[in-house]
Amino acid sequence: MLRIECPWCGVRDETEFRYRGDASRSPPAATASLAEFCAQTYTRENPRGWHLEWWLHVGGCRKLLKVVRHTDTHEIHAVGHPHEALAVPMETRAP
Amino acid sequence: MRRQRTGDRLIHTNAQRAASGRYSAARLFREGLLGHRGWSRAWHKASPRPRYQVVIVGAGGQGLATAYYLATEFGIRDVAVIEKGPIGLGNVGRNTTIIRSNYFRPENVRFYDYSLQLWEGLERTLNFNAMVSQRGTLNLFHTESQRDLFTRRANGMRLLSVDALALDRKEVKTLVPLVDLDNGRYPVLGGFLQPRGGTVRHDAVAWGYARAASAAGVDIIEHCEVTGIRREGLVARGVETTRGFVAADRVCLAVAGHSSQLAAMAGFRLPIETHVLQAFVSEPVKPVLNVVLTYGAGHFYVSQSDKGGLVFGGGIDGYNSYGQRGTLPMAEDVAAAGLTLMPGLARLRVLRQWGGVMDMSMDGSPIISRTPLTGLIINCGWCYGGFKAIPAGGMTTAHLIARGDPHPLAAHLDLERFEAGRTVDERGLGPFPYAH
Repeated sequence: MLRIECPWCGVRDETEFRYRGDASRSPPAATASLAEFCAQTYTRENPRGWHLEWWLHVGGCRKLLKVVRHTDTHEIHAVGHPHEALAVPMETRAP
Repeated sequence: MRRQRTGDRLIHTNAQRAASGRYSAARLFREGLLGHRGWSRAWHKASPRPRYQVVIVGAGGQGLATAYYLATEFGIRDVAVIEKGPIGLGNVGRNTTIIRSNYFRPENVRFYDYSLQLWEGLERTLNFNAMVSQRGTLNLFHTESQRDLFTRRANGMRLLSVDALALDRKEVKTLVPLVDLDNGRYPVLGGFLQPRGGTVRHDAVAWGYARAASAAGVDIIEHCEVTGIRREGLVARGVETTRGFVAADRVCLAVAGHSSQLAAMAGFRLPIETHVLQAFVSEPVKPVLNVVLTYGAGHFYVSQSDKGGLVFGGGIDGYNSYGQRGTLPMAEDVAAAGLTLMPGLARLRVLRQWGGVMDMSMDGSPIISRTPLTGLIINCGWCYGGFKAIPAGGMTTAHLIARGDPHPLAAHLDLERFEAGRTVDERGLGPFPYAH
């Protein structure tokens, strides 16, 4: 069971949240090539280690959060507002 | 009687390869009389040679089946299967053992039904009892729109000469008396049965393919972890392992769950996220269920093993995870769905629970494809449907390795499909693996 500290509501159980995927990607520029759009839509880094991701607090404030979580230990390093630039620890990222 | 045991200290050449002989009822009877002293190792424990024609990374179901078909169907016997641990401890040993071909899209029906046909003759082919049991898979529906969808799916299958039957409420109750037809929220309106679907003993699949591949000349190398992929420009030359460099003309990655790590070693990214899926087995009880049953109003599927335990599972936990263990919220969700469907199981105790990590692809379909590196072939992205596809996945991957062009039944499973806009999205969910 994950315990996520929502910046608005405080510490809540994982069952109040919905996962919304990898938050490390940003939309490509309107002038980007087809290959760039494709890579943005479909490919993922999928690290075994620290992962920057979106979580939606559906059972609480209904706001979107950014979370840095370890995909193996499930440890949560940081939780922030959607526009915050959260630092992702580099040392244990996948090769 | 003194027999030479095939121990680790003995070094075998191919000629001296440990042969387990043919298994048969007569031999079992004879060994029973002789105290079972005549059995030898089912497969040869090989050490890596410096060079092979084909190196397959990952001795799971897909990797071992690929090696077996390369040796027997395509005549390529100079093959090594490299595994970081012992064979069969990944997803081939962690699934809920279901086989079926009741898909919606025609290319999926053809591919998975080819697999089902191979399952039907598998034990004879491998000379190994994999306990293939075609007890039928029954999908229940609970709304009129679900009935329409299942009817369309069943008709699509029948047009391709694949068996599918519609059952009404009474027939469902006769087949599975434990089902609560009149649940207030989700009453059962009927079912969709594929009589040829069923279960196979998963461990025996790994062992059977390993034994048959080994007998055909394939080297199965356990406890040998791949640490890098050697490349010259855009050509793969072999794999760096914890037991030294192994050169190969062709390298095949079949490491579902960790495909992204191996792809990163080769310098490219995949349309894959890794997620954990749990499975459960109850204490053994007398026979109560003789089909594979799936619930239509939640994610829950169940069958009864020959030992009597109910083997069941649900959906993925829902967020990227490499932890080969599940979390409790999904366990609760699966149990709730199961009890809504079969309230009579409320006092059944869960004996074991485990998790496996799987490649969730961006369209919910597998990838059997060439890659940006020449000589590197990938078999990945099985989501949670790789077990049933082991024979077809192995055969089509072997075809791609041996011939260099895709097998007609798996041509739609290439990596280029995403950029080309022809994704194989069975449920129409889009590139959101946590939703597949």
